[in-house]
Amino acid sequence: MYEFEFVKPATVGEAVAALAEEDAQALGGGQTLIPTLKQRLAMPSRLVSLSGITEMQGISDSGGVLTIGGAATHAAVAAGAASYPALAELASHIGDPAVRNRGTIGGSLANNDPAACYPAAALGSGATIVTNSREIEADDYFQGLFETALEEGEIITAVRFPVPEKANYQKFVQPASRFALVGVFVARFADGVRVAVTGASEEGVFRWREAEAALSANFAPDALDGLSVDAEGMIADLHGSKEYRAHLVAVMTKRAVAAAG
Amino acid sequence: MAKVSMTVNGKAASGEVEGRTLLSSFLRDTLGLTGTHVGCDTSQCGACVVHVDGKAVKSCTMLAQEADGSDVATIEGQANADGSLNVIQQAFQDHHGLQCGFCTPGMVMSAAALLKDNPKPTEAEIREYLEGNLCRCTGYHNIIKAILAASGQDVSAIAAE
Ligand SMILES: Cc1cc2nc3c(=O)[nH]c(=O)nc-3n(C[C@H](O)[C@H](O)[C@H](O)COP(=O)(O)OP(=O)(O)OC[C@H]3O[C@@H](n4cnc5c(N)ncnc54)[C@H](O)[C@@H]3O)c2cc1C
Ligand code: FES
Ligand code: FES
Repeated sequence: MYEFEFVKPATVGEAVAALAEEDAQALGGGQTLIPTLKQRLAMPSRLVSLSGITEMQGISDSGGVLTIGGAATHAAVAAGAASYPALAELASHIGDPAVRNRGTIGGSLANNDPAACYPAAALGSGATIVTNSREIEADDYFQGLFETALEEGEIITAVRFPVPEKANYQKFVQPASRFALVGVFVARFADGVRVAVTGASEEGVFRWREAEAALSANFAPDALDGLSVDAEGMIADLHGSKEYRAHLVAVMTKRAVAAAG
Repeated sequence: MAKVSMTVNGKAASGEVEGRTLLSSFLRDTLGLTGTHVGCDTSQCGACVVHVDGKAVKSCTMLAQEADGSDVATIEGQANADGSLNVIQQAFQDHHGLQCGFCTPGMVMSAAALLKDNPKPTEAEIREYLEGNLCRCTGYHNIIKAILAASGQDVSAIAAE
């Protein structure tokens, strides 16, 4: 790692000010950023830790909307998102216990790894990403591999999830990294079904609209019979071909619908 | 350089660190507590697991300055006050839960964190909890057995494989 200055502000305002310096970068749980720094793939002059900001920690539930602080750890969400069981379950299977004790929802969404779990939950739930300066709908937030709508120095302070009637996340675990080889988040709301797929596409997390339409008409696994995603544009690597991933998308979607009940 | 102060195994500890100093290197290089091992340095193996404010973390993936003011527990603080092995450590010895021993500090610290939250875990829960702790020697069976035994449960069902 190259040397950097470390600061740990106590409020969002102080953090935003500290991030105004050129080459300053936010530090969530560090579970992605610290390995990146070790490989010298990034060279921030200053790291602004968000872990001391109390206003970014909480989890609260009001009127069918679950609001999670941007610095809430995966372990905190697993334990505290009782009103949204599919989300708590997803958080409880990210990485391993030590990773979950440090890694945060804000860090995961800011990073937007194409194989990460939270992007599927945020897009599949139609969540709102709340930052220090604005609110961004999930549909506008994810912009491709590791790309998001966040501006330089912008901090995710909270994420608001509308709680669906039924939901489930099915993750086909990539056996070495434990990330999703393919993960599918299905959520049924009164006004329709959303299906978000992670791990599969070269464009990052995406909505599978055809499946959404079929499931909105009939929320049952066999409503998906005959539907498939195009293998073109799927990720191919040593863990699976494009065709394999495209196949898995349909299988995991069916499983998620069956499990959501 | 900045000064950090924390409680390590019940005693006050402090030292000068850089921004980039990892908690693992502060413990090992500054405090001389080399029981915390660094196996992979890439957050994969769990040999470096310690507790920070009661929670298991990979100390190779946490900055020392993040732990400023925290209560840190490492393998060196696990033995009983009279120096005898604690229940988990003794169970690892009794059930041959280690061979080379490199992974063992992390295994014991993860096991301690598990048993604090879940005093009577099932075999499956133990296996899942150890997802981030790799062992290249034992094949895991005896580690699982040791943790089951440390929780006061019957281990006869897990055959010596
Ligand atoms: C062994 C291992 C297994 C893992 N398995 C999984 C898995 O199965 N599924 C999965 O989804 N993830 C997995 N992860 C990744 C993990 O979830 C990370 O915690 C997460 O991707 C990043 O969160 P963080 O808080 O650690 O962010 P950091 O590493 O601190 O930061 C990541 C990026 O986000 C930025 N950032 C951090 N917080 C904010 C914020 N609030 N606002 C704006 N920008 C911010 C940082 O500047 C940096 O660019 C795994 C990681 C490891 C080490
Ligand atoms: S040394 Fe920290 S996880 Fe391997
Ligand atoms: S005993 Fe050798 S690595 Fe576990």
